[in-house]
Amino acid sequence: MSEQKIVLQAEHLGIHFGGLKAVDDFNLELCEGELVGLIGPNGAGKTTVFNMLTGVYEPTEGKEYLLGSCLNGKKVYQIVAAGIARTFQNIRLFREMTVLENVMAAFTKDIKYGMGRTLARSGGFWQEEESAYTRAMELLSLFGLQDKKAELATNLPYGQQRKLEIARALATDMKVLLLDEPAAGMNPTETAELLDCINLIRQKFHVSILLIEHDMSLVMKICERIIVLDYGCTIASGTPAEIAGNKRVIAAYLGEEDEEEGSVC
Amino acid sequence: MMKLKKDSQKGTLLNFVGIAVLFAALLVFQQSSFASPYMRGILIQCCYVIIMVTSLNIPNGFMGQFSLGHVGFMAVGAYTSALVTKALVQVGVPYTGLPGYAMFLVAVLVGALMAGLFGLMVSVPALRLRGDYLAIITLGFGEIIRVIIQNIPIAGGKGLAEGQAGQPLIGIKNFSNMYVIVGLTIACVALMYAFVRSKYGRAIKAIRDDEIASEAAGINTTYYKVLAFTVSAFFAGVAGAIFAHRGLGTLQTSDFTFVKSTEYVLMVVLGGMGSLTGSIISAVVLSILPEVLRAFAQYRMLIYAFLLVLMMLFRPIGLCGTWEFSLLDTLRGIRGHKPKKPQAPAGVKREEVSEDV
Ligand SMILES: Nc1ncnc2c1ncn2[C@@H]1O[C@H](COP(=O)(O)OP(=O)(O)O)[C@@H](O)[C@H]1O
Ligand SMILES: [Mg+2]
Repeated sequence: MSEQKIVLQAEHLGIHFGGLKAVDDFNLELCEGELVGLIGPNGAGKTTVFNMLTGVYEPTEGKEYLLGSCLNGKKVYQIVAAGIARTFQNIRLFREMTVLENVMAAFTKDIKYGMGRTLARSGGFWQEEESAYTRAMELLSLFGLQDKKAELATNLPYGQQRKLEIARALATDMKVLLLDEPAAGMNPTETAELLDCINLIRQKFHVSILLIEHDMSLVMKICERIIVLDYGCTIASGTPAEIAGNKRVIAAYLGEEDEEEGSVC
Repeated sequence: MMKLKKDSQKGTLLNFVGIAVLFAALLVFQQSSFASPYMRGILIQCCYVIIMVTSLNIPNGFMGQFSLGHVGFMAVGAYTSALVTKALVQVGVPYTGLPGYAMFLVAVLVGALMAGLFGLMVSVPALRLRGDYLAIITLGFGEIIRVIIQNIPIAGGKGLAEGQAGQPLIGIKNFSNMYVIVGLTIACVALMYAFVRSKYGRAIKAIRDDEIASEAAGINTTYYKVLAFTVSAFFAGVAGAIFAHRGLGTLQTSDFTFVKSTEYVLMVVLGGMGSLTGSIISAVVLSILPEVLRAFAQYRMLIYAFLLVLMMLFRPIGLCGTWEFSLLDTLRGIRGHKPKKPQAPAGVKREEVSEDV
């Protein structure tokens, strides 16, 4: 692993909301093609890490680099353009738009025609639309959604909404994909499908993935490395085997999960 | 390959046929005994109201950013274009026949550009806000524009020093040729349709549905919001220019109070937020209805309010929802093809999307 190129790097990232230190000294080196898991109890700061990496929150400390260039201070859409895409813990689709439009909306930044060609419907307008359409359909087929293209996103079943959200993220042509609890609320069949999905993405795209997930068996199965957060601090990081045997992790996370069984997630 | 383009070209061709039929009907109307100045007046009113409502649908319906100051931009377009034609007439440009209509179109363009400029200036600060706050700030801007116009001497005002409400701007030439105005209206609607059926339309609808997700999909939301608002103001300027030259010869700021804005908003909501077709229908119906119901004119706002309540109870998405009329689809439907997009209208009002990430 060590000889591989580092794609995404976070150095001492930290943020506090008023008095609350939500994340402290978060470090990450995500290599090309790697899949790293980010786990920890509820409220540990996992989503907050994503929000800092994607520019939703401006970190109060630390630096973030994508392929060596600093992303601090950039706006969300600029960071997307640089190559980091994400999904959300609570699915965020364009609900009143069709499945096809959801994906095509993510091509907005790549479509070159301007206002003149739009209004005149000339000079490559249709070529651009056609190629966007074709690429969108390719992505949808990858997730078995091609027949649902004219459906409104809000009318899809839950599992397919998750897939659509991932398809939309992929449409931004990213280098790094951040998935925030993609299996949350899924039944075992849907989770298995999601797993196939993630494997497929890794084969098809040269993408590095950072995955937040509560389903420990899924994390242990597919992640190459795992980072464990608790109260905003990184308490462990290593291979799944190392994490499974780590005392602090068991105390902070696995132990707590037993107590919390049945409570809100 | 290129199915999208072919479909669109077929549609365009058909639409040209449709427009030709419309103009033929107009010709018949012009010759008939119906064509009193009164009827022509209603037709022209329908035209500028259509442009107002469709253009307001862009920020309010397609983008979900509630603007309440749309007549402000109409006023800018009206006064600017009126001053342009007045100035041109004064320097001796002929205002009848073909040169007259060229002059009118120039004035429309200048008025629209000026309105667009105001849209740009207003939207940059206003679109930092959302929801009720945006509604209030746009309402405020609309009123500010009106009051400023009221005080500009060249627009009939007495100047700020006098501290009085302005006089009407008088001596505006009549450019109410039906063909020109109907043609202009069709052009405006076609351009707006082209705008919403493009990456721009997708971006602004994405912003409506979920602003945070739009950013995460790489959309520069600030840019597209300002752009959509500016485009909308531009077309309100066109409507204003038509309004100014509709033949009464005068303009007064009381034509542009925020009550008018509210009426246009109401038409957008009744027609369907996100349907240009719906906007056109409600614009026409609600322009003609008060004339038909002249006897009940004083109850007009009451009737509007009642309609709105009924609509909210039984069909909260408005008359057309987000459906658009298409001649091509209609003909295909008649010939037994299944419609291309069997879109189930969403049953309920749009849900609020949470702000938490
Ligand atoms: N915008 C915010 N303002 C204040 N506190 C926040 C904000 N965002 C997150 N937090 C706090 O940061 C902590 C970590 O939250 P989060 O990252 O969502 O946890 P999780 O690991 O479950 O994803 C929580 O205590 C949460 O209340
Ligand atoms: Mg979370």
